[in-house]
Amino acid sequence: MARSVWKGPFVDSYVLKKAEQSREGGRKEVIKIWSRRSTILPQFVGLTFGVYNGHKHIPVLVSEDMIGQKFGEYAPTRTYYGHAADKKAKRK
Amino acid sequence: MARIAGVNIPTAKRVPVALTYIHGIGPSTARSICDAAGIDQSRRVNELSDAEVLAIREHIDANLTVEGDLRREKQVNIKRLMDLGCYRGLRHRRNLPVRGQRTHTNARTRKGPAKAIAGKKK
Repeated sequence: MARSVWKGPFVDSYVLKKAEQSREGGRKEVIKIWSRRSTILPQFVGLTFGVYNGHKHIPVLVSEDMIGQKFGEYAPTRTYYGHAADKKAKRK
Repeated sequence: MARIAGVNIPTAKRVPVALTYIHGIGPSTARSICDAAGIDQSRRVNELSDAEVLAIREHIDANLTVEGDLRREKQVNIKRLMDLGCYRGLRHRRNLPVRGQRTHTNARTRKGPAKAIAGKKK
């Protein structure tokens, strides 16, 4: 079920704080965040976030189209190199 | 024969049914088109006058995206997801289910016919 509108978008407060700080201090570094569940807000556009994928921070440059989605969508958590059997089958 | 929305030539079927042959028009939209054009739903396409066909055509042109335009729009939407680097885009790129379905079994619609795996026992 979708989230109620009256609650507004969910963002972890520390993400907002960090974004504001970097905006005031001139745009520069990757903002490291662990909050994959936070919604991407319009005021984040143009900033670069390092979204944690459980292993390292993936740099994500936020663009206009990303608004309303979650940060987690831009940092895949699984690595998949394909099955050994598939590779053998392709070689034949 | 009546040409509506480009190449579509629906037959001697009832109007709401014939309209669903157009890509982008389902039963529900087809019925609302009939209402808007003032055509009884039990009538068949070959009974329609030119003016009525024209009314349908104009209604579709004015209010709906259909056929080629719709296909292009969908393609653009998918392309946008793929370029964005988001999870849904990745799934589209790999031709896997996009909406969180299981892929351990099933998912044949997206993955295509099952491929035999070498060395797998019965």
